[in-house]
Amino acid sequence: MLKINGEETDAAGRTVAEHIASAGFNPSRVVVELNGQIVPKAAYADTVLKDGDNVEIVCFMGGG
Amino acid sequence: MTPDRETFHAALVERHGAERQAKFDAARVAVCGLGGLGSNIAVALARAGIGRLHLVDFDRVEASNLNRQQYAAAQVGLPKAEALRDNIAAINPYCEVRAETVRVAAGNIAALFADDDIVCEAFDQAEEKAMLVSGVMEAFPGKPVVAASGMAGLASANSITTRRVSRRLYVCGDGVADVADGLGLYGARVLACAAHQATMVLRLVAGMEEP
Repeated sequence: MLKINGEETDAAGRTVAEHIASAGFNPSRVVVELNGQIVPKAAYADTVLKDGDNVEIVCFMGGG
Repeated sequence: MTPDRETFHAALVERHGAERQAKFDAARVAVCGLGGLGSNIAVALARAGIGRLHLVDFDRVEASNLNRQQYAAAQVGLPKAEALRDNIAAINPYCEVRAETVRVAAGNIAALFADDDIVCEAFDQAEEKAMLVSGVMEAFPGKPVVAASGMAGLASANSITTRRVSRRLYVCGDGVADVADGLGLYGARVLACAAHQATMVLRLVAGMEEP
């Protein structure tokens, strides 16, 4: 189990890109932090989530 | 009559205290995107006596901006960075403003924001927001970013908050309202979000890290 936005989730083994897609987020609208480190956008497809990870995903809304 | 530098500064010290004002004087803050969020953030920071503001926007003032952005009707057509620099000069002539009319992209973030202590994300397109926040955090480990997500429409201003997502990322807004859903943008509610961002910047400069 790992934590995504504070909720325990069974997403170990998935890549960041796979999780973003399954959660229905538009990857060009998100910012992802993994264990306090920013995940570069170019690394979403290669970054594999593992048990114990703490993930924060911010999906931005438009307007300003 | 414009007060001289000493009189102006003494008035800020009277409101904020000498120790805190010294921190404001020394601060360098970038405001990226000078629309409803950014123009209001920049004016709030200039009024607080933040020493150096770095204003970045590629766009020009349009009539449709005037419902929420800090420009005068006669400034329609001018580059926003230049117009806002002029407006800030009229409010606080002792604020040092670096105005840049440039489009921010992943490739120029590292060069653009190297000299800034804090970066405010104040774009309007969601994709641009994500690009800027991700890019600044990649390029500058440790540099605080104060971003905004969700201020469109006319839902209660009470739903707008400042959230500390992680050690150095703060996101202000309601987190859900998207302008693409046809909600419109109302000056007062955008201003509420801008006020959250500007307050968080002042708190960071003053040494407070919690929202």
